Amino acid sequence: MSGLEVTTGWYLTLGAMLFLIGGTGLLVRRNPLIMLMCVELMLNGVNLSFIAFADRFGDVHGHTVVLFVLVVAAAEVVVGLGLVVAVLRASPRATADDLSALKG
Amino acid sequence: MAQVEIGFEAPAVDWWVLTPQIVLVGAALGLLLVASLTPRALPGWASTAASIATGGAVAIVAAVQWGEWGPASRSTLNDAFVSDGFSLLLTVLVGAGVVMTALVAHSALDRYGMAPPEFAALLLASAAGAVVMAGANDLIVLFLGLESLSIALYVLIALAGRRASARESAMKYFVLGAFSSAFFLYGIALVYGSTGSTNLSGIGGFLFGSIRETDYLLLVGIALLLVGLGFKVAAVPFHFWAPDVYEGAPSPVTGYLASIAKAAGFAALARVLYVAVAEQSDAWAPILVGLAFATLGVGAVMAICQNDVKRMLAYSSISHAGFVLVGLSAVVGSGGESAQWLVRVAGEASRVVTYGTAGGGDAVSSAVFYLVAYSFMALGSFAVLSVVGAELRSPEADASAHALSRYGGLARRRPVLALAFTVLLLAQAGVPLTAGFVAKLEVIRAAIDASGYVLAAVAMVTAVVSAFAYLRVVLAMYAPEVSANDDDSAPAARAGRPRWGGLPLTSVFAISLAVAVTVVVGVLPQTLLEWSRDAVLAIVP
Repeated sequence: MSGLEVTTGWYLTLGAMLFLIGGTGLLVRRNPLIMLMCVELMLNGVNLSFIAFADRFGDVHGHTVVLFVLVVAAAEVVVGLGLVVAVLRASPRATADDLSALKG
Repeated sequence: MAQVEIGFEAPAVDWWVLTPQIVLVGAALGLLLVASLTPRALPGWASTAASIATGGAVAIVAAVQWGEWGPASRSTLNDAFVSDGFSLLLTVLVGAGVVMTALVAHSALDRYGMAPPEFAALLLASAAGAVVMAGANDLIVLFLGLESLSIALYVLIALAGRRASARESAMKYFVLGAFSSAFFLYGIALVYGSTGSTNLSGIGGFLFGSIRETDYLLLVGIALLLVGLGFKVAAVPFHFWAPDVYEGAPSPVTGYLASIAKAAGFAALARVLYVAVAEQSDAWAPILVGLAFATLGVGAVMAICQNDVKRMLAYSSISHAGFVLVGLSAVVGSGGESAQWLVRVAGEASRVVTYGTAGGGDAVSSAVFYLVAYSFMALGSFAVLSVVGAELRSPEADASAHALSRYGGLARRRPVLALAFTVLLLAQAGVPLTAGFVAKLEVIRAAIDASGYVLAAVAMVTAVVSAFAYLRVVLAMYAPEVSANDDDSAPAARAGRPRWGGLPLTSVFAISLAVAVTVVVGVLPQTLLEWSRDAVLAIVP
């Protein structure tokens, strides 16, 4: 190995980047499924940060948090996919821009 | 591979403290189980009765617990969950909210095509999330409560998915809810990374017990927590989802969203700010005051621009959130650096803060009082909307269902209903002898006690501005009618459901309850004021 040492900061940076990519994607992409994936990306960025911090502290707590987040993310995806299916069934090829009847 | 010895000891569980959540979740699961096992569809009244019984039981349990350990706190699960006056008062509110929502929804479920057992189970599950949020003393528990509340609410709105507006509303709420949850979670991660703990008391103890340089990790974490919770309580500039979601959701669910979901969000906000990161109040107080300004202003101005009653109430709900934020932010004015900041906002830099006597608790208790009072007004108002909506529209008509013009002449068709709606609207406007007046007075007084004169002035001005929005609806209801075919608009009473003057009895009961609470609290506010003061003792000593 070269002198390059992978420290906690690297993981934190990667986590922050994942979070930002997910957040940006959620805002700019219009396909409901891709938006759902972007939410997952954000949550996984957070998970990585939790693990990195837990590793830095030598604390098991951060690891357990990740398990909770995974469960919540799974529940969220179940509901999100259901909603996407409901929307797409009513109007196939719908994008987020088509959901704009309510405004004012 | 080195064996790592990890000692594991299950934390002691105080079952009695956790009873409200257990009752709610147990009832939700039991209802789903029974509904799926019975060969024929469960009758609607059975689900409604189950929700009402569960909501009532939760409120009673919380009241008994209040009597047992009062404003003092009792924690369990390794201090991850506390039951104190604050959480118990909110638990009672959540129980009452469940009862009222179930009553209002009973006659509306058919119209929206919502299955009664599913509706009841989701309502109870979301209430469990709200109760968890009210008493969570650990950021992760708080997150779990937040998600239980939110995920159940996404589905609760989507249950009416036959309507395009409900589908759109659910999708928007889901996307922005998930987005804000991610922010909240990232905030937790950064606070954990900075303090080494996710326990609120632990974080508070760590921050007060250590002298550090400015910790940007912590500050960004706090900011992200504020963003996440700001979305949940629909504070400007995180409010964009609220009008759309409120308008598209079935009216009973909207009432629940505007009252209980919002109250739970504010409970979490208060606990995080005052238990965990109170030491950093110099950093977050300006943000909170800014949010209060923006929320008050945008809510009031947008409310008077609306021609749809439901949407107007959605914006008014935002402006009410602004008042609660005034109460929450006024506390920091009662001492220390942040008071000087508030004074600078007030443009009175020379003035020395002398309000040592005005305890911080007074401000938060005014916010709690406001939340309780507003919750009943919101539940009642949206109950009226649900009833009127049932009369005015054919089941599939979505657009402009609550247009202001359709409320014209309501006073002649439905004098009592119009009177009840008038009382609720005037209460929201802050007319004396209603709970809304006392609530606004308390919040503004708290702001003045903290020398936040500009904040108090803006609050008063926006109260006047938004009063215009409410009065428009009242005037429309009592105005002589233009169109004459109002006999057709009231369909015949549906068979098999007890009705009173053609109105569903359950909704009438819920509206009466809301009006009664609004008026009684307005005339005799002392009891609720004392409860609110006792309630905040646990979080703002």
